[in-house]
Amino acid sequence: MKLTSVMKASVLAAFASAAPALAEDAVKIGVITTLSGPAGYLGQDVRDGLQLAIDMEGGKLGGVPVELVVEDDGLKPGNGRQIADKFMNDEGMTLLTGIIFSNVAGATVPEIVDNGAIYISPNAGPSNLAGKGCHENYFVVSWQNDALHEAAGAAAKKLGYTNAMALAPNYQAGKDAIEGFKRTFEGEVSEIYTQLGQTDYSAEMAQIRSVDPEVVFQFHPGGMGIAFLRQYQQAGLLGNIPMVLSEPSTDAVVLNAVGDAAIGITATAHWNYDFDNESNKAFVAAWNETYDRPITYYASQGYDTGLLIASALRETGGVDDIDALREAIRKADFDSVRGEFAFGPNQHPVHNWYQLDIVAGDDGKPVAVTKEVLLENYGDAYAAQCEM
Amino acid sequence: MRKLILAVVLLAIFALMPLAADLLGQNALQTLSARILIYAMAAASLNLILGYGGMVSFGHAAYFGVGAYVVGILYSHWMSEVPIFGLFPGSNQLLITLPAAMLLSGFAALVIGALSLRTGGIQFIMITLAFAQMIFFLFVSLTAYGGEDGIIIRRSNEVPGLNMRDKTTVYYVILVVAVLYFAWMWRVVNSSFGQVLKGIRQNERRMEAMGIATFRYKLYAFVLAGMGAGLAGALMANFLRFTSPDMMHWTKSGELIIMVILGGLGTFFGPILGAAAFLILEFYLADWTEHWQLGLGIILLFVVLFTKGGILGMIDRLRGGRQ
Amino acid sequence: MILFLEQLLNGLQYGVMLFLLAAGLTLIFGIMGVINLAHGSLYMVGAFAGTWVATQADSFWPGIPAALLIAGLVGLVVEATVIRKLYARDHLDQVLATFALILIFNQLIVLIFGRQPIFTPLPEVFYGSIEIIPGLFYPPYRLMIISVGLLVAVGLYFLINRTRIGMLVRAGSTHREMVRALGVDVRLLYTVVFGLGALLAGLAGYMTGPILAVQVGMGEEILLATFVVVVIGGVGSIKGAFVAGIGLGVVDTMLRAFLPTILRGFMAPSDADALGSSISSMGIFLLMAIVLLIRPKGLFAAGG
Repeated sequence: MKLTSVMKASVLAAFASAAPALAEDAVKIGVITTLSGPAGYLGQDVRDGLQLAIDMEGGKLGGVPVELVVEDDGLKPGNGRQIADKFMNDEGMTLLTGIIFSNVAGATVPEIVDNGAIYISPNAGPSNLAGKGCHENYFVVSWQNDALHEAAGAAAKKLGYTNAMALAPNYQAGKDAIEGFKRTFEGEVSEIYTQLGQTDYSAEMAQIRSVDPEVVFQFHPGGMGIAFLRQYQQAGLLGNIPMVLSEPSTDAVVLNAVGDAAIGITATAHWNYDFDNESNKAFVAAWNETYDRPITYYASQGYDTGLLIASALRETGGVDDIDALREAIRKADFDSVRGEFAFGPNQHPVHNWYQLDIVAGDDGKPVAVTKEVLLENYGDAYAAQCEM
Repeated sequence: MRKLILAVVLLAIFALMPLAADLLGQNALQTLSARILIYAMAAASLNLILGYGGMVSFGHAAYFGVGAYVVGILYSHWMSEVPIFGLFPGSNQLLITLPAAMLLSGFAALVIGALSLRTGGIQFIMITLAFAQMIFFLFVSLTAYGGEDGIIIRRSNEVPGLNMRDKTTVYYVILVVAVLYFAWMWRVVNSSFGQVLKGIRQNERRMEAMGIATFRYKLYAFVLAGMGAGLAGALMANFLRFTSPDMMHWTKSGELIIMVILGGLGTFFGPILGAAAFLILEFYLADWTEHWQLGLGIILLFVVLFTKGGILGMIDRLRGGRQ
Repeated sequence: MILFLEQLLNGLQYGVMLFLLAAGLTLIFGIMGVINLAHGSLYMVGAFAGTWVATQADSFWPGIPAALLIAGLVGLVVEATVIRKLYARDHLDQVLATFALILIFNQLIVLIFGRQPIFTPLPEVFYGSIEIIPGLFYPPYRLMIISVGLLVAVGLYFLINRTRIGMLVRAGSTHREMVRALGVDVRLLYTVVFGLGALLAGLAGYMTGPILAVQVGMGEEILLATFVVVVIGGVGSIKGAFVAGIGLGVVDTMLRAFLPTILRGFMAPSDADALGSSISSMGIFLLMAIVLLIRPKGLFAAGG
């Protein structure tokens, strides 16, 4: 970072910080997210995590009063785009966040950054926006999509397995998942592609049994993953052939829905509720007090987004000066609930990935327990292609 | 005469929308209005076979998506400067991509129509759905073009002499294409071809007895409808600067059918009003509550149970039953 | 060989599930002339209601009567308030109205149960797998689904072919106007048929609970496959729904299981996998297109 730009930013920040004291209105933050359909709980958790960060500061972020304006995109790219236009043009918002799915992001993020507004992704980190398609106004708090599965590959390798079977639906994210797994696993991998929206995996279970690999990796988002794990147990494979999973397959909601069919599985994650840092303890305690449902990593990403925004607003005092805001966000000067956090050159996170063990909790329900660090200060494979 | 007045009023509304949106400080109205125009074209193309011809196609979004993907694929090859199959160069010229989109979606409709039109009734509904699903799965598995994530089109297609980076210019390009399309549609439904089509819906056997090759007429209409949807899809790709398989999902076909019924089946203005009503409802309900789908469902249910002939039918009855 | 047999059983189990859903749908369609897109919603209602009761009672079994009862009741209410007004309308109005019902049901489930998928317990007896023939291990729960499905099929066969109601149903699916003209209380018949369809959908929904994810929108995932079964089997034909359901289940499973392996004999493994899974996701639609091109009315069209 250039010294002059820092100086410029801080001078601007000094001027800007005087403004909100005069302004009556709260800063509006636009949240475009998915609240309907089977994936609605993802958007709900991101939103509630973000809201929690605001509530814990008494309706403020970084000392600046803020207000969330939330709208459901219905998992339709066109709707996401429409909402973004409304937020930016009619309500004059310059700071947006919330999108859950890569295809909604693809239609919406370029429009936002072209309009000069800033977008902070709390979930999706598609490769086409991480490499050549990167932009100075686009930040990702969560992860780059591929890194999720690279962590799983690293875990399988660390556990000493040399041959694996990988299963994923036959679409872009599924193929990316298997590619990501192979990149870090480096052993022999046989692949099976399932169908998007498939509900019955008995055919695949029979194949797994007949091939008998050392370890199974599978990526099936949402309900498909729940079905897969339950059928894996019912087919008698659980406990016989170990399974290593990436983060989306073992969020707390999925664990709740699969019950004991998850016990004994090795999971990977960038965050877990048991992380031993002050920020995380405060977050988990506040969540459990406020909401009567399990805490997911989506919620942690929403909360981290809130903390990041708070750190930037504390410096700039408002969102009127986009250049200053961007500089302030880039510093990532906040206590992430995942511990160490920094932005890489493409403004995607550089952080640790962990191995988790799924074990039976006191009530017999599965819980994820953090084991050890797998990948330290890990960025993503696309950062090198990004020219900003 | 009444129709002419309605046409002029609608045209005036759409033409003045960017100005009005600016004055009201509601710029999103321009986006909404562009989406209404595009969906109105797609719904009108469906109305040609569904409303006038009585053919219930449940796979119309497939042609919409094919049109959009033609723009996306041509753009991505233009960017990478790699010819398609080593033969055709890519393009970012609207005057090339729009005809190409119509050509290919028309071809898809020709193949699907030639097979599907051998059946009728519910079987026709299901077989058009089946073909659309096959196309959907095909694009989902096309990794080279982003699969499920789709293609990001960084810049709208160029038109010589126009600045297509300006949103209002893009809006007016869409409006001009839509006006041309609806003028053409007006001629089609009022031509002898349109009369034959209506005759087939009412009584196909009688038309056959009159010596009319009904299959050929139906297929012709099916292809024209596919091309119309492809054109609308190509505009959508330019407007969103994005294409994804989501555009050809079966629920999108369902939405197009709903727009047609909502507006008024087999009427010229029905699809425009239906598309407007559906998108406006979605826009304002989502703004109002996150449980907007509940509201949308209740309103749709009310419309279908207590009105006949959609919005136009309702207007006619309010005006004292004059038809 | 063992693998082949196992996949055959898997196909049978999937087919039986499709049959449970398609049986109701084909009757509603054939007899009442109503396209009911909301059939999948009744499947979802059964799954949620059964699971809720099972969770309260901490046992799988009370969920079955609960799912049947509640899905059946909801079906009756829907018939009385919405579907009854649609008999005289054309198919398009029915599509629109029942699509609206899908939106309403999905959002109501969100309001009542929240957005998270919920857990359906699996009875202890069904844990693990049993050896049917030497070398072939199979999950007992799936065997139970197969048996329940076959029992329902036999029950429906007797109901349709041996009872007065069945006679009316048969007559209704072929000569709707005639039955009405003969002074039969058609309205009651319709209500009974719709209730029965809802009941079977609810049963299917709850039975799949321990295998699949019980979540909002689960009905739409299976809706298209169910319609394909109805159309291939022939609208209004229970026999057709049974044959097509089982057939489709087996074909779908076999394609997924063996097509990529077969294709690998001809081409590079990665291409074979991609092509194989593309073809098998299109499989049921391809099959339907072929059947309809040869027999436009389906395999066992009621009334010729």
